[in-house]
Amino acid sequence: MRIYAAAVYLFLYGPIALIILFSFNAGRHASTFHCCATTWYPRTFNNTFLVEALLNSLMIAGTTAVLATIFGTMASLALQRVKGGLRLAFDALTYIAIIIPGIVIGIATLVALVTVFDVLNPLIAGLWPTSAHDSIPKLGLGYGSVIAAHTLFTMALVIIIVRARIQGMDRTLIEASADLYATPWATFRQVTLPQIFPAVMSGFLLSFTFSFDDFIIAFFVAGSETTLPIYVFSSIRRGITPETNVIATTVLLASLTLLITAQLLLRQKNAKG
Amino acid sequence: MAATQTTSGPGNRVTAMLLLPTTLWFLLLLVMPLVVILIYSLGERAPAGGYAPALTLAQYANLPARLKAFTNTLTLAPLGTIMCLLIAYPLAYYLAVRAGPKIKPFLLTLVIIPFWTSFLIRTYAWIYILGGRGIPQLAEMIGIDDMRLIYTPTAVLIGIVYGYLPLMVFPIYVSLEKLDKRLLEASSDLGANPFRTFFQVTLPLSAPGLVTGSLLVFILLMGEYLIPALLGGGKVFFVGNALVDLFLQSRNWPFGSAVAITLVGIMLVAVAVYLKLVGRSDKGGDQDVSII
Repeated sequence: MRIYAAAVYLFLYGPIALIILFSFNAGRHASTFHCCATTWYPRTFNNTFLVEALLNSLMIAGTTAVLATIFGTMASLALQRVKGGLRLAFDALTYIAIIIPGIVIGIATLVALVTVFDVLNPLIAGLWPTSAHDSIPKLGLGYGSVIAAHTLFTMALVIIIVRARIQGMDRTLIEASADLYATPWATFRQVTLPQIFPAVMSGFLLSFTFSFDDFIIAFFVAGSETTLPIYVFSSIRRGITPETNVIATTVLLASLTLLITAQLLLRQKNAKG
Repeated sequence: MAATQTTSGPGNRVTAMLLLPTTLWFLLLLVMPLVVILIYSLGERAPAGGYAPALTLAQYANLPARLKAFTNTLTLAPLGTIMCLLIAYPLAYYLAVRAGPKIKPFLLTLVIIPFWTSFLIRTYAWIYILGGRGIPQLAEMIGIDDMRLIYTPTAVLIGIVYGYLPLMVFPIYVSLEKLDKRLLEASSDLGANPFRTFFQVTLPLSAPGLVTGSLLVFILLMGEYLIPALLGGGKVFFVGNALVDLFLQSRNWPFGSAVAITLVGIMLVAVAVYLKLVGRSDKGGDQDVSII
């Protein structure tokens, strides 16, 4: 039994270790390994395309996580008081948003946005004052559409996580707070929020990770912009270089740091609560 | 509840305000796009690519042109799910029942970490291992020549198991963890051999975790693109790869929309049939899926 577990862990971590090892390749080619040098690290980070893709991804993931967490938590709080058909419709849409494959979401969003933009752009051009003809705003795919599409899925995720927590929450405290004449806002700040905070944090982290890691939705709706996964994917397609391994190692270490920090933060919060 | 009753007037307005962003998102980025591809799937391809209005089922009649993508997906997705299940179960069992209390949190974290790290990069690692200078070269040293792994269904299956194993281990672990260990002792005290205890006590009681895990993995696999793209190399392709080709290369939007709608349809039917088969007998199978 123990040997089996060890074998599975080897299977899970072997490939990751290999990538990290290969990122210290001293040779010029990715396929042959000469130990060991960090020559590829500075070379990789001087690549402006890569750095730009990384910054894009961080910006997109950050914005997505903030929007999804705020909107998702707002909806979870409101849904406690919604019953009947509206509630059913909301629940159904939440699950549909999660179940539909990312690739279908990507395609549908691409097609719908392109269609809508084709209708709206001439309208905007028509309404724009003729004096400023060269500055007509044009709607198109880009950061905005990636953030919007990521927020859909992650918002649904936040709703499910936060609502599970709200259901397990001690409701008598909220009633007590209201009986003691706290305003609804004060009740939220001082009673509800501290109780649902771990769930909100999990939702935020999951949203950030999902958005940062997503390739397929961004692939369709990013237009001419590049995110880190898109950059990595196309560099793999062009042929593997030691540079790819450096990027991979960096991303692995970054997500590991994020995960450990999050675990520590949550544990502290849980211990206090 | 008292609070909501006394403030029901402004309370309703607050509720509406709180739901506004989510409602907008659902309508503009979920309902509208799905309706649009549904309409497109009934249209025709414009000569230059894109969409020309029509009302025809021709796109759906043309689906057999991409039959291979569907048969690949519908064999490798269930097969991959089953393999994940078979490999994940003993590990989950070890973690829940056998592992010592000191090492357990550490081992659990080790299962979760890969789930949080880049899926793309984890898949990419296997290009090395399965490629010409990886396992095939090692095999040559011990006398097995011409071994070919990358760009085969086996490579795709390995990628699937590697990518989705953590997602399968976790729900099974949760349900085994909840299981009352005294039941196992009782079973063996009453003379059941370990085999019988497993099949009559452990396995049925961990069913909710099995169902959750396999649903999660199966649903994600149905829309898989990256694993076949990187490890199948155009030879082993899923519906997802066909969709990328149809939308980004041949720009046949109406046919692509029909393929996408069909994929979602098949997926929903498969999930419904599966849940029916499982019987939902395991009441209270609602476990929370929080990963952290």
